[in-house]
Amino acid sequence: MNPSGGLLPPDDPRLADQARKWRSAYLHIPFCEEVCPYCDFAVVAGRDQLASRYGEALVAEIRSAPVWGPLDAVNFGGGTPSRMAPELLEKILQVLSSRLGLRKGAEVSLEANPEDWTLQKAESLVAAGFNRVSLGAQSFDAEVLSYLGRRHTPAQIVRAVTAARKAGFVSVNMDLIMGSPPESASSWTETLQRALENNPDHLSTYSLTVEPGTVLWKTVRAGASPPDSDRQAECWEEADRECARAGLVRYEVSNAARPGHPCRYNLSVWGQGEYLGFGNGAHSFRDGRRWENLRGVERYLDTVESGRSPNRRFESIDGWAAETERVLLGIRRRAGVRTGRAGGALWESPKGRELRRAGILGLHGDRLVVERPLLTDEVSRAILTLPPPDSACLG
Amino acid sequence: MGLGPFRLTEVAHSLASRSLIRNFCIIAHIDHGKSTLADRLLESAGAVSQRDMREQVLDTMDLERERGITIKAQAVRLNYEASDGRSYVLNLIDTPGHVDFSYEVSRSLAACEGAVLLVDANQGVQAQTVANAYLAVEAGLEIIPVVNKIDLPSAEPERAAEELARVVGGDPADTVFISAKTGEGVDELTERIVEVIHPPSGEEDLPLSALIFDSYYDLYRGVVCYVRVVEGSITAGERVVFMATGEKRDAAEIGVLTPGSVPVDTLVAGEVGYLITGAKEIDRVRVGDTVTSAYRPAVVPLRGYTDPRPMVFAGIFPTDGDDYPRLREALEKLQLNDASLQIAPEFSQALGFGFRCGFLGLLHMEIVRERLEREYDLDLVTTSPSVAYRVTLPGDEPVEVRSPADFPAAGREMVVEEPWIKALVLVPPEHLGAVMEIFTSRRGELGPLNYLGTERVELTCRLPLAEVVFDFYDRLKSKTRGFASLDYEPDGYQPSDLVKVDLLLNGSAVDAFSAVVHRPQAYAYGKEMVTRLKDLIPRQLFDVPIQAAIGSRVISRETIRAKRKDVLAKCYGGDVTRKKKLLARQKEGKRRMKMVGSVEVPSEAFVAALRVRD
Ligand SMILES: Nc1nc2c(ncn2[C@@H]2O[C@H](COP(=O)(O)OP(=O)(O)OP(=O)(O)O)[C@@H](O)[C@H]2O)c(=O)[nH]1
Ligand code: SF4
Ligand SMILES: [Mg+2]
Repeated sequence: MNPSGGLLPPDDPRLADQARKWRSAYLHIPFCEEVCPYCDFAVVAGRDQLASRYGEALVAEIRSAPVWGPLDAVNFGGGTPSRMAPELLEKILQVLSSRLGLRKGAEVSLEANPEDWTLQKAESLVAAGFNRVSLGAQSFDAEVLSYLGRRHTPAQIVRAVTAARKAGFVSVNMDLIMGSPPESASSWTETLQRALENNPDHLSTYSLTVEPGTVLWKTVRAGASPPDSDRQAECWEEADRECARAGLVRYEVSNAARPGHPCRYNLSVWGQGEYLGFGNGAHSFRDGRRWENLRGVERYLDTVESGRSPNRRFESIDGWAAETERVLLGIRRRAGVRTGRAGGALWESPKGRELRRAGILGLHGDRLVVERPLLTDEVSRAILTLPPPDSACLG
Repeated sequence: MGLGPFRLTEVAHSLASRSLIRNFCIIAHIDHGKSTLADRLLESAGAVSQRDMREQVLDTMDLERERGITIKAQAVRLNYEASDGRSYVLNLIDTPGHVDFSYEVSRSLAACEGAVLLVDANQGVQAQTVANAYLAVEAGLEIIPVVNKIDLPSAEPERAAEELARVVGGDPADTVFISAKTGEGVDELTERIVEVIHPPSGEEDLPLSALIFDSYYDLYRGVVCYVRVVEGSITAGERVVFMATGEKRDAAEIGVLTPGSVPVDTLVAGEVGYLITGAKEIDRVRVGDTVTSAYRPAVVPLRGYTDPRPMVFAGIFPTDGDDYPRLREALEKLQLNDASLQIAPEFSQALGFGFRCGFLGLLHMEIVRERLEREYDLDLVTTSPSVAYRVTLPGDEPVEVRSPADFPAAGREMVVEEPWIKALVLVPPEHLGAVMEIFTSRRGELGPLNYLGTERVELTCRLPLAEVVFDFYDRLKSKTRGFASLDYEPDGYQPSDLVKVDLLLNGSAVDAFSAVVHRPQAYAYGKEMVTRLKDLIPRQLFDVPIQAAIGSRVISRETIRAKRKDVLAKCYGGDVTRKKKLLARQKEGKRRMKMVGSVEVPSEAFVAALRVRD
């Protein structure tokens, strides 16, 4: 793989803008050992016996995909793709590249959990064409891991990183979750430190979020303490500082990377690039439309196996909607977003002026930038509030 | 109301001989089963077809049905074949039980010769049982004591009968025992009504005088009056005069309610029915007025009613200032059916243009607000309710102050009087202590105790209305495990040491948060409000100090710290649509915010004081 963006820094505006032209594919692998209490993804636990059937269904769905491509990025997410047999993942990747084509140097990434990540598996996957792995490390504090319902130890994280490196993965990412209630300030400092000691090429730091319907949500509703958002702000600031010190550039609210290693797939999404999603609950965005697949695994399987399309909920994203979405997505990047019509309207709006006064919104040349990323949603909501311009001006 | 979704089942209006008419109302404490008894009576008279029958069929308003309570009194005419072989006409009025609507009860009583006084066999005599019984006695009505809900396993009919006998001063042996639910005893009760309640007196040959005991506004037909003809008769088409206003009109339609409205040619002395003149101006046709004939007018009007005085006042403002004209229109329409609702335009610096409204009580206020929001689709901010103070500045006439914002600033020389009430509480003796404690902590002056049997004590107490307006009732209920019931009536004004407490957000006073409180409570009140607002007002982009102050003296303060984090952790391809929806929902939430200066304040914060105290 050519390092993503050549030698451009991960937060370079040119890189951010290039991503609009990239094409990517997302493949959803829904299997997990257990469902973590905070997780609201389309996952199933204890259904691994469905894996080969599911693999076949993915292959069938890919084969019926429109002629399109070649792909700049491929992302196997989940769920836990690392639970699936490497041979099966390889087959899916092969069908995908023969159907849509892979551009030379494309990013081919998968998510993996430390507890099922072995050197052998890593080597097979590199041989199969994978070049990036994203490890669900979450924390180096055993108590926090147990609160999060995770099934690995801090030591397993270290072993997983080593295995990935040894197998020849070009890019290794770690996901961390910050600000869970049992996590103290020093515990977070330690987690950050140990994560950075392992020299990841990429680090994602997410605030623990209570998603409706999850087990965590139910316990919080029943009186358990929710994550403290001020603490999370402190965690974020510390991560921002420490990553910079370790040479990782934060190029989006929750993501930092070494030069050459930002996640191409995500850059493409934030840059309004097109993507096709395969598997249950996967989303696609192409030709000014977004749609999603059936969310339930069984229903997805039945539908695909009977030769029908699992796509539904088509939504058209064009005109003003596309323009506001461009700003909404782009503003999460440190590179910001070209001002354009929506950005200009925002800048001049009363709310925009208030955000400027509060030092949240800034203008760097022709780019709108969020100067205080922790308050990005103030800007996001303001974008959604912008009145559509007269249709006459829309052109 | 009364012109609900009924089909006519039977139109049997023959000019009843007056000796065969019985006019009565059903009165009781809230939920003791008045409307359910009315159901049974309607059923046995075949007044409502099987198809239209439903529980509490006379409760026709959506809000009445949802809350399971009667808000508006309802008249209906029934035919009854008694065991003496004769066919009687029963004019029944179902009344509300809640203390806020006791005005409806008084009006209904004036149209009747008798009252069926219900008591729940399980709960026994409660405060409105006593209060309504007294009203009926004062109105000179024949009272039939009835114990209801005898089907309940926990029923104690004998005890209830004894308590009832003590209230009305009769013999427990005269009590009728019924279950309005199963119908048991209802026939016996109907026989008793026919037997005990006097037929109406009155002379058909005298000039017409008819009492308007209720009215409502119909979009198509204008004002519909419910009348009780006291003397003379009224004929469809004749010219009538409303004596108080002098308004002359044609009696375009008269009729009876069965419960659908059925036009008739005449209504004679002793009968109850409705009158439509086509009048659209409700103030020309007032409840309590006397209708007489234009050609042969009566000399003296009947004794009418005193208008109900609003007890509590609150500001109602549209969340979106552009809705002000719609709010005015909606309030004016509601007023047409609700003479007790008072409105006056009000301007608040924080909330813009709105209305200061007067209500009979908190339930009344809640119902008005809910109707405005639902029937007129308005998004409203309601300020915390207050009472009307009487303020006299040196050398001036006393003025009534209905809004804390108009209350003179602290430090000025003045005399302030506040309204007092006489409260009546019924409670089992074991909870008496708790009740007395609540009263004392609320500046109450305890009156004498009266034991109604061994299970229930009647306690009277004078206290400032302001002490009752907020959470008094909830507190009373919780401290007595639901066993106490409360009734009250106005009892004059009394001087008091009151001050205005202002609340300042970001340094400027928010008029809508000001409150008038008893000086010794001012500090605690300020502290409570400041804490409460700190929780209610979301964090802003900057620090927001909140202060409570008397005049320029700050008595309490807190700071809402600027928010530090407001960002979704993730926004990836998998969920752009969902994240957008989430953000849009948050944005909707902001719509219910009012900008006060540069601070976003949620609508709920303005009624915060309602839940404050203790
Ligand atoms: N078990 C039993 N329940 C009854 C009886 N009569 C009424 N109820 C129930 O008591 C509740 C209140 O009845 P309503 O008829 O609405 O009482 P109300 O006196 O008209 O109430 P308000 O108009 O709000 O003062 C309802 O749930 C009825 O079903 C009875 O004889 N037995
Ligand atoms: S392992 Fe990941 S995808 Fe699976 S349940 Fe846990 S958080 Fe969700
Ligand atoms: Mg009722």
